[in-house]
Amino acid sequence: MKKTLTSFALAGLMASTMIGGASAQEDTIKVGILHSLSGTMAISETTLKDAMLMLIDEQNKKGGLLGKKLEAVVVDPASDWPLFAEKARELIEVNGVDAVFGCWTSVSRKSVLPVFEELNSLLFYPVQYEGEESQRNVFYTGAAPNQQAIPAVDYLMNEEGVERWVLAGTDYVYPRTTNKILEAYLKAKGVAEEDIMINYTPFGHSDWQTIVSDIKAFGSAGKKTAVVSTINGDANVPFYKELGNAGIKAEDIPVVAFSVGEEELAGLDTGPLVGHLAAWNYFQSADTEINAEFIDAWHAFIGDEERVTNDPMEAHFIGFNMWVEAVEKAGTTDPDAVIDAIVGVSVPNLTGGMSAMMPNHHITKPVLIGEIQDDGQFETVWETSGLVVGDAWSDYLEGSKDLISDWRAPLSCGNFNTATGKCGGSGS
Amino acid sequence: MSLARPILLLFALIAGVLAGPAVAQSDPDTLRPLINELADGKYDQTQKQIEALAATGDPAVAPALEALGEGDLYVRKSDGLVFITKKDGKGYKLTDPLTLETAGEAGRREVSKIKVNNKLRRVIRSALGSLTLRAPDPEVRRQAAEAIFKAQDPDGIEALDAALAAETDVGVRKVMEEARAAAVLNSGMDEAQKLDAVQTLSDMGNRDALSLLLATQASTEGAVRDAAGRAIVKIEKSIAAWDAAQNIWYGLSLGSVLLLAAIGLAITFGVMGVINMAHGEMVMIGAYTTFVVQELIRTSAPGLFDYSLFIALPLAFLVSGAVGVAIERGVIRWLYGRPLETLLATWGISLVLQQAVRSLFGPTNREVGNPDWMSGAFEIGQMTITYNRMWIIVFAMLVFTGLMLVLKKTPFGLYTRAVTQNRRMAASMGIRTPWVDALTFGLGSGIAGIAGVALSQIDNVSPNLGQGYIIDSFMVVVFGGVGNLWGTLVGAMTLGVVNKFLEPYAGAVLGKIFVLVFIILFIQKRPRGLFALKGRAVEA
Repeated sequence: MKKTLTSFALAGLMASTMIGGASAQEDTIKVGILHSLSGTMAISETTLKDAMLMLIDEQNKKGGLLGKKLEAVVVDPASDWPLFAEKARELIEVNGVDAVFGCWTSVSRKSVLPVFEELNSLLFYPVQYEGEESQRNVFYTGAAPNQQAIPAVDYLMNEEGVERWVLAGTDYVYPRTTNKILEAYLKAKGVAEEDIMINYTPFGHSDWQTIVSDIKAFGSAGKKTAVVSTINGDANVPFYKELGNAGIKAEDIPVVAFSVGEEELAGLDTGPLVGHLAAWNYFQSADTEINAEFIDAWHAFIGDEERVTNDPMEAHFIGFNMWVEAVEKAGTTDPDAVIDAIVGVSVPNLTGGMSAMMPNHHITKPVLIGEIQDDGQFETVWETSGLVVGDAWSDYLEGSKDLISDWRAPLSCGNFNTATGKCGGSGS
Repeated sequence: MSLARPILLLFALIAGVLAGPAVAQSDPDTLRPLINELADGKYDQTQKQIEALAATGDPAVAPALEALGEGDLYVRKSDGLVFITKKDGKGYKLTDPLTLETAGEAGRREVSKIKVNNKLRRVIRSALGSLTLRAPDPEVRRQAAEAIFKAQDPDGIEALDAALAAETDVGVRKVMEEARAAAVLNSGMDEAQKLDAVQTLSDMGNRDALSLLLATQASTEGAVRDAAGRAIVKIEKSIAAWDAAQNIWYGLSLGSVLLLAAIGLAITFGVMGVINMAHGEMVMIGAYTTFVVQELIRTSAPGLFDYSLFIALPLAFLVSGAVGVAIERGVIRWLYGRPLETLLATWGISLVLQQAVRSLFGPTNREVGNPDWMSGAFEIGQMTITYNRMWIIVFAMLVFTGLMLVLKKTPFGLYTRAVTQNRRMAASMGIRTPWVDALTFGLGSGIAGIAGVALSQIDNVSPNLGQGYIIDSFMVVVFGGVGNLWGTLVGAMTLGVVNKFLEPYAGAVLGKIFVLVFIILFIQKRPRGLFALKGRAVEA
């Protein structure tokens, strides 16, 4: 029943695009936007949809691409992972888009991978993720673990003298993989087993009393303690509220978060949280000309001066510009040509540098550590001296440290095993 | 928080004036260059400057350090002078950091902030500690001693000894002695001194003391190490005992949140038998009402902020209640006796409401502030109790009692019970049953709305707020016994406490699963829940 309905819908859609699109087909290039506009992830993804619309709008004002106008096709996968795959297929097959910008959670990305591979289209994925993946049709414009998690831990170790670690995360693939990498990394640095506490909580966890008091107890062992948080989305507000109320100060037990940006802090009174940290590749507070322009354009587009910008928005900014440049370089939107052309393309990022697309389909980025301020913004307290190359396969995990990824000919392989000299080594 | 700073500044100023001739001299001309140099260089440089300022021992530098820690110290780009600033519209109001006189204004681009990080904040905290040990206000002296305790700075011992000799307040004296003990353990003093210090910390008996003792045990040898070991065992024993109490408290707190979320459902589902999947959205609407009320107060009457929750309560009840009545009149009344259709229809309504709120307020979290009386925590023994959790427990009990009174003591309650027990008989007696149905549904929804006011204090205010509570609410009502408010109370509290006792052992994820499995087994054994209704209502 459901199947027939969908095929009817598909048929209907197809018919309408064929009729309506026949004339328009010639002069527009279509760009798909695959972000949830309803359901649990709408909170984060809706902003990215708006950011994409803004970027496309600006590109059109500049005269479009290859002499054609860009046309955004927005679909709503409704935070439903299998629906992501269906909608991706719809975008590519029915709407005929040339590239898709989308996904937030790792599970949604995993769900669409086979679709992009089968239909040979392009996906730009803008969110920091756990790594251990490199796919021909996907460009990872967010941070890999070595562009976020590892530098953050280094910072705490060197600057704050942290010896005891709480790895707290939401129970799904990104925190679990990241914590696995971090645990291996910390042990390699000589941190003892009993100085690492790992804790997982369900999505949307709202009662943090026990965990916050556990953290307090763990932190009173006479060694400097820090919390590395991969807690996701909705659960952060109650977590930080509990931290603030329980009087855990950043000077005593700092919390460094990988999923908390300006957008998440917008729902919080950050007064009690000053000094807690986040590691990203971009902060709205970045003091550069290009960032000021971007923020002004965003405020003008969204019509609200209060709206903040965040790291995944910058990732889309970079990814979109890279795609535009690669298409111009290739002279066509054909996916194979773009995949070949985009490696090595370098565009300005918002923190004052140039980000380049690497052969492993990850990009180079600076790593910034910021402290939360009482106005809900971050202040950069440390940054890498240069850009860091995203590493698809972690060097700290068994089974992935021998793998490299290079999508240029003649290697053209996402998981080349340097130990065995074969493509398709172990790893996911 | 907002009050403490000006007071501290004031006292530091007075202290500076009073202590002027006695201690060092408050000579703005010698201090000013030191303060202006704070603006130079990177964090390491700033740290050296802070230490140099602290070394003057002059309380007159305290306001500048305080402001630096708060991120309110700015340097004027034109002449390199440093000022304490306060945001004023688009620019800043400047205050001289030594004389504390106003020094004009500056635009946003004319001044730049002197950056601090956690490390610097720690240095500032300990520097302020030694500077304000002799302040006239006992509270300031206590904070100063606590700062030295955290810094464990051996250099502070001398200042502490001097302060102790002059201290008259027993409470502050105790904190100072503890701070001195912490500093002594971290210093190169002799064994007898250190043994005394261990004894002081052992008497202190909390986690902070434990932390210091553990560090001492790891770094010393001989008698001090043994004494520290004994003190650790003693403290750990007492903490373990308090832990049980703490778990019960956490359980009650979680239970009261569950109770608040479920009690409205206990009426609509328990008493009326309507499976209302949109119940969570009533909670959400209540939370958004709080947000709107706070926004209005922020823009038009900031003085009322501390009362915002009291203003939001009746409004949330009315708004959610009205939506509830509308849903009952518009949809549910056509579906009585058809639970499956009701379930689907209300689920649809819940999606519609979520998306409506998303379109209206945007998909992102909205900030609902905690009034001052809901922020912070206090300690009983080794137990930390946060104010917001405590007030929510009290509030849940009040709501429960209030609802009980309405159902048992008012004519409306009588009608409701009559209608639910025997609809046809009640109708024959002249009760307008459709009217009672609508109002009862409105009552349940309204209660969910005021639960939303409470939950806005601890959770996100986002369109998804309700979803997180709907399953828990059904669980509580079914577990407690459908149709019985006492069952809901006992059910919520039991689930809360069981959850919190499982969590430390099984983790939050497994703990939740265990609770679900437990309820499934329990329902197999007792399908009607803890407190089953007896009598004719059951057969109806």
